[in-house]
Amino acid sequence: MELSGLAFYFVGFLIAGGIYAILCLALNIQWGMGGLFNAGIAGFFAVGAYASAIVTAASSNGKHLGGFALPVPLGLLAAALVAGITGWAVAKVCVRLKSDYLAMASIGIAEILRLVIVNEQWLTNGSLGIANIPRPFEGLVRGREADLLFMAVIWLIVIAVYVLCARLNNSPWGRTLRAIRDNEDSARAVGKDVEWFRLQTFVIGAALMGIAGALSASYFKFLSPAATEPLLVTFLVWVMLMAGGSGNPKGAIAGALLIWGIWSATEIFTNRLPGEWATRSSYVRMLLVGLLLQFVLQRYRQGLIPEKSPKLEFERK
Amino acid sequence: MSALLSIRGLTAGYGGLPVIDGIDLDVAPRTVSVIIGPNGAGKSTLLKSVFALTRIEAGKIAFDDRDITGLATAELVPIGIAAVPQSRNVFTTLTVAENLDVGTYAAPPRDRRAVEERVLTLFPDLRAKLGQPAGTLSGGQRQMVAMGRALMSEPKLLLLDEPTAGLSPAYLERIFDLILGIRAVGVTILMVEQNARQALRIADRGHVLVNGRNFQSGTGMELLGDENVRRSFLGGGTA
Amino acid sequence: MIEFVNFYLIPAFTLGAIYALGAVGISMIFGILRFAHFAHGDVMTLGAYGTLTAVWLIPLPPLLLLPFGIALAIVATLAVDRMFYRPLRKLATIYTVISSFGVALIFRSLAQLFWGAQNEVYVPGVQRPLVFFDTIRVSALHIEAILIIIVIALTLHVFLTRSRLGRSMRAVSDEPELAAVSGLDTDRVIRWTWIIGASLAAIAGTLAGLDTDVHPNLGWNLLLPMFAASILGGIGKPMGALAGGMVIGLAEELSAYPWLGDGPLISPSYKTAVAFFIMVALLIFKPQGLFKGRLL
Ligand SMILES: Nc1ncnc2c1ncn2[C@@H]1O[C@H](COP(=O)(O)OP(=O)(O)OP(=O)(O)O)[C@@H](O)[C@H]1O
Ligand SMILES: [Mg+2]
Repeated sequence: MELSGLAFYFVGFLIAGGIYAILCLALNIQWGMGGLFNAGIAGFFAVGAYASAIVTAASSNGKHLGGFALPVPLGLLAAALVAGITGWAVAKVCVRLKSDYLAMASIGIAEILRLVIVNEQWLTNGSLGIANIPRPFEGLVRGREADLLFMAVIWLIVIAVYVLCARLNNSPWGRTLRAIRDNEDSARAVGKDVEWFRLQTFVIGAALMGIAGALSASYFKFLSPAATEPLLVTFLVWVMLMAGGSGNPKGAIAGALLIWGIWSATEIFTNRLPGEWATRSSYVRMLLVGLLLQFVLQRYRQGLIPEKSPKLEFERK
Repeated sequence: MSALLSIRGLTAGYGGLPVIDGIDLDVAPRTVSVIIGPNGAGKSTLLKSVFALTRIEAGKIAFDDRDITGLATAELVPIGIAAVPQSRNVFTTLTVAENLDVGTYAAPPRDRRAVEERVLTLFPDLRAKLGQPAGTLSGGQRQMVAMGRALMSEPKLLLLDEPTAGLSPAYLERIFDLILGIRAVGVTILMVEQNARQALRIADRGHVLVNGRNFQSGTGMELLGDENVRRSFLGGGTA
Repeated sequence: MIEFVNFYLIPAFTLGAIYALGAVGISMIFGILRFAHFAHGDVMTLGAYGTLTAVWLIPLPPLLLLPFGIALAIVATLAVDRMFYRPLRKLATIYTVISSFGVALIFRSLAQLFWGAQNEVYVPGVQRPLVFFDTIRVSALHIEAILIIIVIALTLHVFLTRSRLGRSMRAVSDEPELAAVSGLDTDRVIRWTWIIGASLAAIAGTLAGLDTDVHPNLGWNLLLPMFAASILGGIGKPMGALAGGMVIGLAEELSAYPWLGDGPLISPSYKTAVAFFIMVALLIFKPQGLFKGRLL
């Protein structure tokens, strides 16, 4: 019994870790391949989660938009579409400018999406949230086996996204991207449409983040505006990608699992502390995430698994 | 007479292969020295090396009999070296007066007013423009602001990188006259020039830089008269 | 009409002053260090808490205890610049942006750790507004905020145009390489950029805390409008950022006025969206801002 309890803790760990792996792979497309700084991951994640929840939940009790009870794959598709379109709109405005502007705008869009999610009761049910969000292949198995099945689904998706990334990386498209990232001017000189390539990376990344949001909503079966909280999504994902090695999809997955492991392990520890200390220690963990990011930026820019063709550090012009 | 600036075996670049390789060069006090050579020869790199803006791999640079090889850029202005880069050489949003003022910060002159007066006497055109942002001036006027800013620190040695680039022939003559005027007040000048023929005419000494090496040196007139230099670097014809 | 002045216009100036003070620092850092400082809002938060702690210990009005908030903000920014930003200066600036993003989290968690997550007020109880001409009701805070912003605007203008340090800062912001060639001490300029930026942020944070209350997300929530203000004012143009802050503050507050019909023009819950849409419009049509700043 003890053992199986532990085993299922591990299953839960792998499910969340898998969702983070997808987020990391998505961010790796935007930052690692495209050199685009996205500070609003939580926004794309949340908009995907809501899109899927609205489309797939079986009933909305007439309180908000939804109750369409469509199959989960359509939910994922909706999530990718809505998040991708949002990403397109943001990137369209910013790609021709330096990356800092995209960072500011992406934080802005995340904030706007948060406002919409909190305020538009008719759409999202506000702070009450959306319940009864289905998982894929639900009803096939019950109880804890359902988690096992969901874990399998998640990791199948992770592998699919990984293969996609690896393919993209080695395709002419990926090579062009690297050329742009490493030397924008010469890429422009040989006639590459730099803006168009950047736009594509940002949209693909945003769509994948939306899918990750949809999967997370399915996992918890419930969705509330807490999903837009940037700490657990935006910050943690950045630390994961930086630690894992940006530019390399394997590194993205490894970084996600490593940092999620550290995060979960410290949670086990801090949850045992008495009340007051438990809340304080959650701030200490936040602090550690911030410090870890600094450490990785200074000492481990290559990450656990460096990019194959090195030269990630584009020189300052 | 010992040289004011003396460069020995200087090899420098930007981290990759060296751009200039084993340069020897002396600049005598109160003279105008001109460096000419094809594009990419390393002329700017040579000037930047004197100004500690490149990576020096080997060699020595001495100024006023003092070894300055390891000094940082900010330490060079106070000991009497000033430079005007090839491009972006004025602070465009600062007024002309402010540009000149910034020139005094690293090496505050004892009598700031007198120095400014001397600079404005050299460049009378600037007097009417003192309150205007430097970005609104013409190319030739900007060059004057840039040289004026450099002279405000009362340097002994002035490094100029292509001061006539992009100027009309009329302005070109004026700038060369001004350079002689600067020499006349006792400032030594080492400059890079693309308008080689005119520059050599006013030069006390000329150096031809090719592929990062000192190809040939001589007085301005010697180089102008040299058949080889004329054919390869002055576009043929007679002097 | 009088309602418009009392409930919209005067508060709008206060909000504008808060944004303006924050945006000046962002704009200066933009200009001199060339990156978007994502931790600037959280510098404001630390400043607000610094003042709050002094208020707990010393029985004086909060605004007189500003030096404590300012000191904390300065120490914090100089420390993170030294430890985290400076080692990244050789690289593309985007790495510093990412670093500042992490520093925002560090500052916020430190605030939560030391002062807790709850809302705090500087002075308990409701402050009675002052009444002028029997109709105009203004709280003392709003008058103070407007006076502060006027004094700072004038001082800043004189500092930037007349003082050596101010001119050096503008020179470095204009052409960093030429500034180095001219022998300016770039490190000193950078240090003072942080000191001035942090001081103004601490004042802004304290004003924001007085206006509502102090909490760990105080500054982070203001970051977006401050970015918008610094873009509006033109990057590297501190005086432009001041004006930009006022414009964004006015736009946000006045967007809630019932210009058409009875309801607010834009629901107050979407106030921050106003800043965002101004920013997007600027990025599309006029990325150098209103006062011809430059592009990053
Ligand atoms: N900052 C730099 N980093 C790396 N390489 C550089 C840099 N500046 C110049 N180079 C390289 O050094 C070589 C010499 O450049 P330099 O600017 O010294 O030439 P130059 O003789 O001044 O040419 P021009 O007449 O075009 O001004 C060139 O091949 C150039 O590509
Ligand atoms: Mg050159």
